[in-house]
Amino acid sequence: MTATQFQPAGTGLRQPILQARNLVKTFGRVVGLDGVSLDLYPGEVLAIIGDNGAGKSTLIKCLTGAEIPDSGELMVSGKQVHFKRPQDARIHGIETVYQNLAVSPALDVASNLFLGREERLPGPLGKIFRVLDTKGMRRKAKEELTRLGISTLQDVTVPVENLSGGQRQAVAVARAAAFGSKVVVLDEPTAALGVRESNQVLQLVRDLRDRGLPVILISHNMPHVFDVADRIHIQRLGKCAATITPQSHSMTDAVAIMTGAATA
Amino acid sequence: MTQQQTAGPPSAGHADLAEEFLDRQTPLSRIRNILHRYPAVSPALVLLIAVVVFGLLNDRFLRVENLSLITQQVSVVGTLAIAQTLIILTAGIDLSVGAVMILSSMVVAQLAVNNGLPAPVALLAGLVIGLAAGALNGFLVTRFRLPPFIVTLGTLNIFIALTLLYSNGATVRGSAMPDLLTWTGTTFPVGPVRISTGVVVMLLLYIAIAFILGKTAWGRHVYAVGDDKEAARLAGIAVNKVLMSVYLAAGAVLAIGAWIQIGRTNAASPNAGVDLNLDSITAVVIGGTSLFGGRGSVWGTLLGALIVGVFRNGLSLAGLDVLYQTLAVGVLIILAVSIDQWIRKVKS
Repeated sequence: MTATQFQPAGTGLRQPILQARNLVKTFGRVVGLDGVSLDLYPGEVLAIIGDNGAGKSTLIKCLTGAEIPDSGELMVSGKQVHFKRPQDARIHGIETVYQNLAVSPALDVASNLFLGREERLPGPLGKIFRVLDTKGMRRKAKEELTRLGISTLQDVTVPVENLSGGQRQAVAVARAAAFGSKVVVLDEPTAALGVRESNQVLQLVRDLRDRGLPVILISHNMPHVFDVADRIHIQRLGKCAATITPQSHSMTDAVAIMTGAATA
Repeated sequence: MTQQQTAGPPSAGHADLAEEFLDRQTPLSRIRNILHRYPAVSPALVLLIAVVVFGLLNDRFLRVENLSLITQQVSVVGTLAIAQTLIILTAGIDLSVGAVMILSSMVVAQLAVNNGLPAPVALLAGLVIGLAAGALNGFLVTRFRLPPFIVTLGTLNIFIALTLLYSNGATVRGSAMPDLLTWTGTTFPVGPVRISTGVVVMLLLYIAIAFILGKTAWGRHVYAVGDDKEAARLAGIAVNKVLMSVYLAAGAVLAIGAWIQIGRTNAASPNAGVDLNLDSITAVVIGGTSLFGGRGSVWGTLLGALIVGVFRNGLSLAGLDVLYQTLAVGVLIILAVSIDQWIRKVKS
């Protein structure tokens, strides 16, 4: 069974939101991606796992505009796109939470949520003097956090560095969820977190899926992946070794495929 | 299948204990949190204490004429420190601020006096010089990715040399200049005090820059870039554009500083202000702005400039040798940076 043939139950007739076809990316003589294809369907959590150097990060960077693939096609809702910068992916509704680089520590929660797309006051104050609508952004930030069920973060004026790791990650995820109209990509969202914080983030991932927003999750943590993922894309040596589901395979099988000890 | 076991979660009890440990607050950590949130608090306290102590030491210190003199004495450094704050907020540093200001002031004075250009045109030329200098610094920092310290160390020397070449080392006296150029040195009465126009110009600049930094998206981006460049880039901020605009804005502020300097000294001298670059950094650092970027405010910088002015004035009124003023400023810098380091240790 190969990745492209696999169709999870119930998604067969639906159009993928994000499609990648035969992505190739080389860095000098090193082959990062060797013809990788991927489909992301509405309302699913697709996990991407793989050993170090298997091409997980390169794949994600190509999907989110942080790297430009040498060849291959990317399609959003069936239409071909070319991402040259992270902003290009963002314009198409793909929001990414990068590992460890998610937030600006000295800025407060609301500023971080709106960083790079601040809203100005209506009227001449905003148009001529370009005054920010700080109150409005804080209110909206609060609403967004409430909507996502992040109850631990009610004071949106706190600098992010005063928050715990899980809360920071929640801010980053909330930013992606607030603006990601089509896809949210999370790179190792639980890597630096404790148990309870990890569970909060995983719950956020489930909530996003339940709202119909598909999520791509990159993780090293097998229990987390098997906990939330609907499908699991396994990268090995720059290729997609298999796409499995938590129902069809066990963690042991997944690790075996990842390390090349078995094939799907 | 060892992977699964090593990745397995530790018991929940441990995590709770650890969190409780992190949440524990002492009075000291509370003070630290306050300072962390309002970085201008510590320089404000230092200024208040200094004013009270010097007031007790010498009756003349608290007289309005003396306080007015202090503000005049800090007007040039205070203006340069605005430019310095902008650059330090982006985690940079500008060693060339004094040199740019002197170059700009020489160009303004020479064009008006020797070339007979109208004063507004000469001032405009000074602004162009400031912007060009900022553009050069910004270009080298963003395009060649050179550290701002190195870039401005180089341009510092270039601008000093250009100033001396251009002026032949000659000072232009204020009496020869059109009135507009020395307007910043004039004073006007407010009740019993005479306020210097240069000080008012400096304060207006502080208000304008504080407004822009605090209330506009550009200001927010300046902080974000200084805080974490990569995070800012990934959040969709055009980091190089922001950096370039910061160096240009600093150049414009320096040109206004040149005008204030001409009024304050009633002259344009190519040899003036060799220490101004370091003095401006001193004001910024004492004002609580972090040299690591992303943290601080121009109001802190104004307090920092005033603290240095108050110390110099107060110590000389107390009859102490000038060397003790320098000593005190040195101690203040080290204290300020130590406090900044301590504040930065704030964690969840």
